[in-house]
Amino acid sequence: MLDNALKTRIDNEIASESVVLFMKGTPVFPQCGFSAAVVGVLSHLGVKFRGINVLEDDSIREGIKVYSDWPTIPQLYVKGEFVGGCDIIREMYESGELTEMFQTHGIDARPS
Amino acid sequence: MATADTIAQKLKDALSPQHIEVEDVSHHHAGHAGWRDGGGTHFTVTIKAASFAGKSRVQQHRLVNSILADELSGDIHALELHLSS
Repeated sequence: MLDNALKTRIDNEIASESVVLFMKGTPVFPQCGFSAAVVGVLSHLGVKFRGINVLEDDSIREGIKVYSDWPTIPQLYVKGEFVGGCDIIREMYESGELTEMFQTHGIDARPS
Repeated sequence: MATADTIAQKLKDALSPQHIEVEDVSHHHAGHAGWRDGGGTHFTVTIKAASFAGKSRVQQHRLVNSILADELSGDIHALELHLSS
């Protein structure tokens, strides 16, 4: 269950930037291989994003899983919308869909 | 404990896949968060199933996650999914 205050906090985090990544660790120092992989992809595409370190906040760490009905971290949000976790981001990157998706949302991204 | 066999069986029962592979990759993560000796914490799953047709990637993953909900809230620390229809 997600209480209203926590839901509002997560809403605000997701709305804080066009591209938001809930991750373990920070973009500079990821603390999990799956988070590191997504950071690597975003960096490679030259996409600006805000990383939110769930290890610093247990309520966000558990709350984000309920919020998105998604059991794992990392989680990528673009313009407020949940895009996927590590496997989905990797697949979209490999097929070129990820760059397309960013460009559709008016976000600069290099071709993969 | 979650094993590659019990996970594969659950997914087979629920999805009747054309192809399924479940690999316990826990040993690749020795010493990482969530890992413990003896395996059963990290899995890579590849499934080709008609039930995924017409579903978005996120929906396909949610379907698998819902089938493995008990394992995900218990032993499984990481589940890498490669899904196709």
